[in-house]
Amino acid sequence: MSNPFDFLEPLVKLEEKITELETLASSTGVDTTREVGSLRETWAGESRRLFAGLTPWQRVMLARHPLRPQSSDYVDHMLDDFVPLAGDRRFGDDEAIITGMGRLGGIPVMLVGQQKGKDVHERKRCNFGMPHPEGYRKAMAKMRVAEKFNLPVIALVNTPGAFPGVEAEERGQSIAIAENIRDMSNLRTPIIVVVIGEGGSGGALGIGVGDRILMLQNSYFSVISPEGCAAILWKDGSKRDLAAERLKLTAGELARFGIVDEAVEEPAGGAHRQPAVMAGLLKDALLKHLRELQALTMDELLERRYRKYRAIGQFIESAGAATAAR
Amino acid sequence: MVLDRLRRANTGRDPKKIPDGLWVKCPSCAKTVFKRLVEERLDTCPECNHHFRMSARKRIAALIDDGTWQEWDADMSSADPLGFVDGKGYPERIAQQQAKTGLKDAVICGGGKLAGHSIGLGVSAFDFNGGSMGSVVGEKLTRLVERCTAARMPVIIVSASGGARMQEGLISLMQMAKTSAALARHAEKRQLFISVLTDPTMAGVMASYASLGDVIVAEPKAMIGFTGARVIQETIKQELPEGFQTSEFLHKYGQIDLIATRQEMKAELARIVSYLHHA
Repeated sequence: MSNPFDFLEPLVKLEEKITELETLASSTGVDTTREVGSLRETWAGESRRLFAGLTPWQRVMLARHPLRPQSSDYVDHMLDDFVPLAGDRRFGDDEAIITGMGRLGGIPVMLVGQQKGKDVHERKRCNFGMPHPEGYRKAMAKMRVAEKFNLPVIALVNTPGAFPGVEAEERGQSIAIAENIRDMSNLRTPIIVVVIGEGGSGGALGIGVGDRILMLQNSYFSVISPEGCAAILWKDGSKRDLAAERLKLTAGELARFGIVDEAVEEPAGGAHRQPAVMAGLLKDALLKHLRELQALTMDELLERRYRKYRAIGQFIESAGAATAAR
Repeated sequence: MVLDRLRRANTGRDPKKIPDGLWVKCPSCAKTVFKRLVEERLDTCPECNHHFRMSARKRIAALIDDGTWQEWDADMSSADPLGFVDGKGYPERIAQQQAKTGLKDAVICGGGKLAGHSIGLGVSAFDFNGGSMGSVVGEKLTRLVERCTAARMPVIIVSASGGARMQEGLISLMQMAKTSAALARHAEKRQLFISVLTDPTMAGVMASYASLGDVIVAEPKAMIGFTGARVIQETIKQELPEGFQTSEFLHKYGQIDLIATRQEMKAELARIVSYLHHA
């Protein structure tokens, strides 16, 4: 099978050259500063050009990159003094969603974040980021605490979808997601949702309702996976790149639809190249939105949140005129 | 999405729908029964009471008192926000569904009396693109709920849907949030919502408004769940338990309040309204 990240090959080649020159310099003492500098500039230019022209499917691939920063990375780089909180107080502790309190630039927040896991063991424990009902209930239990003590909620979305399994159905996957969607719609504290990787359908929406929806540049948010869409429409999962294009699932496209409030820029080469830089950029964006939201009264905040979702939809009413929802 | 079911519905080979002709073979008891008899008993089998899928119009007639029904937002139809093309364009697909069903989209909403109680009622039309929820379904249901909240009226929604409508992308997914937010406000005003689940209620519809009833009622043996059985089977590579994702399964696992046959449904809903609605 071909490397799914072939499109990054020009950058990798340049990086290899840079490393070669640096090794040469340290082993022989030859001064390669000028050559390395110029190669770095080439790399930066190439990276800008390449990332500006990525196809939606390539962005989906980046969103799923094995080294892409996860919720735990944002906890490490973005929050101080993190206190992890576990369990839904009903059934168990679903590690596919991590929850806890931390300080974001000094502001205490409640973080709720989907976690895929970083190595084989953690991935298994996290069920590859596919939550069970107890994960959604754990998230809501912590959001209730946040509401009670006036902590804003930061929800980091990164899931291929809610887990499709027998036990998930037995324990009420639909109901858990539905209740979270409802309860986040009128939770009495600011909520900022960030899609940091995969925004897989209902499983993403289960922690994905808030006052602001941000998306990292190379993340996606979709009603169905490109593979699923291609399988239905063309009976051919390999047409996933075409499906990704048709579904309009990238940050840029969704911002144009007015669903996403900000597409957060990623560092050169993608978020996985520089997790700490990525976390810094996201932290700045979060603080900006948080300040705006904290200036509102609770009634204003909730009314605007309601209006935000109320306005999503396009339809035709009488006389053939297309209308957006009121 | 419940693909295999949707595909059958689209090709007109849906065994759960009553086929044309004088006689029908019941898919449940396999007996050949007189079609008019089936229709006279609200599309159920006279031998085993199997519930065939029922059209939205017929459902309304079965629940609402004669001469009291008033339809709301009847002329709303789908736009094409994504410019979605898969072989044919989405507008063409919609036009085809409209011609096939005589409906504008996959839900009918309105107000009327149910055994004397004024209620707002929304009914999914599974015939129309698998009852899927895009902008029109989301908007009509949200208006229904908002209208009933303002008028302090109970809302009843009868669902039959494969989930969110793929051709409107994330806009469809967001209808889950829009309808659920409207129901949250309805609940804040302490107004009643009864969710009625019929065959099938799945995915994005079940994971939003359909699961948010103060009381959740299902018809017998309806398929209800989040992920379609085929996808689950492909994921876990195990046989699914007998009766998985049926009304009875959900009842056993504490997810719905009661199962009512189609013959009992109107009286059952009226009883619930009489307890929980204070005009």
